[in-house]
Amino acid sequence: MPIRDEFTKGFWEILPPFRLVLGLCPTLAVTTTGINGIGMGLATTFVLVFSNFFVSLLRRLIPRQVRIASFIVIIASFVVIVELVMKAYFYQLSEFLGIFIPLIVVNCIILGRAEAFASRNNPILSLADGLGIGLGFTISLFVLGSIRELLGSGTLLGFHVMWSSFEPFTFMLKPPGAFVALGILLGLMNLISQYQARKGG
Amino acid sequence: MGDFILLMIGAILVNNILLIRFLGNCPFLGVSRSMDTATGMGMAVIFVLTLAGMITWLVHHYILIPLNLEYLRTIAFILVIATLVQFVEMVVQKTAPPLYEALGIYLPLITTNCAVLGVAIINIDEGYDLITSIFFSFASACGFALALILMAGMRERFDLVEIPKPLEGFAIGLITAGLIALAFSGFIGLA
Repeated sequence: MPIRDEFTKGFWEILPPFRLVLGLCPTLAVTTTGINGIGMGLATTFVLVFSNFFVSLLRRLIPRQVRIASFIVIIASFVVIVELVMKAYFYQLSEFLGIFIPLIVVNCIILGRAEAFASRNNPILSLADGLGIGLGFTISLFVLGSIRELLGSGTLLGFHVMWSSFEPFTFMLKPPGAFVALGILLGLMNLISQYQARKGG
Repeated sequence: MGDFILLMIGAILVNNILLIRFLGNCPFLGVSRSMDTATGMGMAVIFVLTLAGMITWLVHHYILIPLNLEYLRTIAFILVIATLVQFVEMVVQKTAPPLYEALGIYLPLITTNCAVLGVAIINIDEGYDLITSIFFSFASACGFALALILMAGMRERFDLVEIPKPLEGFAIGLITAGLIALAFSGFIGLA
């Protein structure tokens, strides 16, 4: 089933932002808690799914020379929708994510998928691709956010889970901690892939 | 004048756009493998970001506000930036071929550099006036170039040392960036 393959590849094979090292700014900036990671991930998924779908629908109408500009306009329209909806219904989250919501426009994952996938495949496959990659991104942000939240403040989704004498290392919540946590996570993923490759080959 | 110096120090060292505000990280890791590309990218960003900061400010205050179209800010800014980058590319190619040689391939990449759109939005959100916006854009871009060049200097040396296999490439790059960011957080007391 090609549709299922396109959907599932976003969860491991090209899982952003680990395999597809794109979209790092929101990944690093908003993942101080798990819940923020989910919020950012879902906002990105929404834009990615719709932009993929519409880019794919319009792929025969857009002249090649101006395709990048056209893709950006399509993406920007959906970002404005997300921006307004989040301000109206999830005010607190939108305040926290702040500048990173309008910046979904320049998230290279979205433009990358439009260029590499949606402009060459039919709308249904593009929809599956967008949904898979978007959910993969959401899960990555959630995992990274949870790890930083757990180590940095001793909570998980807002609940205290660490033992009482646990001394949170606030380093993890600070910007340097974001880089180090993502780097170590990426290293662990490479380790797993290498182990798999050795077992398989 | 004192305010401007404070703003410059703040934007370059204390709230470094790459390491503390997390804007523009994709090119940060992408082009920091060698000193030459990092310098080229840094200069291209300084040039475009300063111009973009000025033009988006003018667009916001003289087009969007009079027409009550502030909610279209994101679309308007990204279009302005994309056009500007294309325009700069053409002008530089015609008028200064040596500069084009040096910056050429980095210019198109800047459209999707979130530092440019990010600084444009910060200028508006913070309510800076035109002169402050230009200063802030320039200073932020200098901060970007500084961090990028520092990072490239360190990454060039990675080719010569043994790195554990799973950490090669981006992973060690991220951890190094974390250590540079840690060094930069030492500047927090300055502002």
